[in-house]
Amino acid sequence: MMTSTDFTLAIEDLTVSFDGFKAVDNLNLYIDKNELRVVIGPNGAGKTTVLDLICGKTKSSNGSIKFKNRELTSLAEHEIVQAGVGRKFQTPSIYENLSVYENLEVSFPRGRSVFGSLTFKCTDEVDRRIRAVAKDIFLEDFLDMESALLSHGQKQWLEIGMLLIQDPELLMLDEPVAGMSVKEREQTAELLTRICKGRSVLVIEHDMDFVEKIAHKVTVLHQGKILAEGNMETVQNDPNVIEVYLGH
Amino acid sequence: MNFMYERLLGGKNGMIGLAILAALILIMLPLSLDLFRLNLVGKYLTYAFAAVSLVLLWGYGGILSLGQGVFFGLGGYCMAMFLKLEASDPVSTKIQSTPGIPDFMDWNQLTELPWFWEPFNSFGFTTLAVILIPSVFAFIIGYSMFKRRVGGVYFAIITQIIALILTVLIVGQQGYTGGINGITDLRTLHGWDIRTDSAKYILYFINAILLFSVIFLSRFVLTSKFGRLLLAMKDKEDRVRFSGYDVSNFKIFVFCLSAMISAIGGAMFTLQVGFMSPSFVGIVPSIEMVIFAAVGGRMSLIGVVYGTLLVNFGKTIFSETFPEIWLFLMGGLFIGVVMYFPNGLAGLWEKHGYKFVGCIKKMQCLSVVRTFLVNKRAIKVAAQND
Repeated sequence: MMTSTDFTLAIEDLTVSFDGFKAVDNLNLYIDKNELRVVIGPNGAGKTTVLDLICGKTKSSNGSIKFKNRELTSLAEHEIVQAGVGRKFQTPSIYENLSVYENLEVSFPRGRSVFGSLTFKCTDEVDRRIRAVAKDIFLEDFLDMESALLSHGQKQWLEIGMLLIQDPELLMLDEPVAGMSVKEREQTAELLTRICKGRSVLVIEHDMDFVEKIAHKVTVLHQGKILAEGNMETVQNDPNVIEVYLGH
Repeated sequence: MNFMYERLLGGKNGMIGLAILAALILIMLPLSLDLFRLNLVGKYLTYAFAAVSLVLLWGYGGILSLGQGVFFGLGGYCMAMFLKLEASDPVSTKIQSTPGIPDFMDWNQLTELPWFWEPFNSFGFTTLAVILIPSVFAFIIGYSMFKRRVGGVYFAIITQIIALILTVLIVGQQGYTGGINGITDLRTLHGWDIRTDSAKYILYFINAILLFSVIFLSRFVLTSKFGRLLLAMKDKEDRVRFSGYDVSNFKIFVFCLSAMISAIGGAMFTLQVGFMSPSFVGIVPSIEMVIFAAVGGRMSLIGVVYGTLLVNFGKTIFSETFPEIWLFLMGGLFIGVVMYFPNGLAGLWEKHGYKFVGCIKKMQCLSVVRTFLVNKRAIKVAAQND
């Protein structure tokens, strides 16, 4: 029923129900190459659930998720990641007992099997890549620091860096600027516009100023369904969106 | 060379720690203890294998197994089966109704050797079995649990139940296993009498060298990316999974490795103590092994060896001096350590060892300052004299 497409991500008729409650209801969502898409919506709209479904954390009840024309719903979580999908969690999810450098090293996409990891060597190439990514995420001076000591915003960046080092073709970020200062938000906006070159990025965010800064296209979710989709201006002026989300 | 120094010896600090431990185990204890006590130390050091295995599994992997005694016991039983068969030759068992089979089988009206005992006539097979049987068993348990994402306290309870089941099985199948008494009266290994004084010395040193080899092997694993992944998994399992790793495979591997290490300890236990019984398999020894690791410091391969020695000496001293209340004293020791030194002896050393080193450095600084002041005064005095 579904044909081959040019989209990086094509979600069709996606449904998941928890004990009869449909958290995501017949969702269709297409993301282009090099696109930065932001998904917004009130609490409980199903935003995080959509990410959970794409990355395999939650299994769908129905529908298909195709990433570069490859069906993801039947794959295990690590296979989805290896296919090229990276996901950042809502609360910064980093390894607090490791240094910043080690966090990035562990995320480097080589030596992913048991024996591969036993024989993995941190070569110059790996080292260069780690330093380059650390520079991207404004943490080049903190490489040796235990990551538990980073500020909240730096932890968010580090997690983004841990995904960047894997060079995913689809990057999904769940509230990347939550808990960040104004300056950090600006830096993050700049970071996101920089890293969406050559890949697609899917962001969930509440901060409308931030969304305005980065979004190519905005999707508004409400009760598991799409309420509106389009560029920021269209969405902001949509009466339905104003009614349920933005307020008068 | 760098690989050896940095990773296996653990740099300067790691090397000093290893050297001190090696001096203690290989030189000081053999020179200062009589054979009876040394043999006791040798026995304790076999438990240290289990404690080291718990550093990998529990300390780094965050997987608490309350069933390491199962693997210790399996290793010990494999070795005991070989030694028992050698001790049961037709000549020395000619008074039995069926000569040539182990005595307890004869007492239980068995008339031929059970099929699964046959391969243990071969020492080569036995050596392999000591390593492989516990690993395969751990693989089956690990595969069925970790693939289903059973973990944490459920895993601990299940491993504890497995320890109980295995004990019940061994005790119940007396004719095949020797029952509650275990497999006793072991004498020779390829004709070499393991009960003599010289054999006890040799076995002590073999055991010690094997223990150091296991520590090196564990160092290699823990300093690789695998080790960092274990720590990462302990902290944020989902993040590891969503970074493209099949987390269950890593857990299965470390569980099998820890089983194998414990089993080597068990085999050495049988050789040094001269028998194996279900009382080293069940819940109590398994929990004791966790106590050894906790007291020694579950993140430290060296620390747990001290922990094992200390707790076992404590056990011996307490039980000899206060036969009525020694178990309470042991319990008190465990609670005290967990409450006040959560990182065990190793944590204590890191904290105060640092101060100790700092103290020495400070003294050096002071002497530099003093020399400086003295020189300054001397210059002043000289200037005034001019």
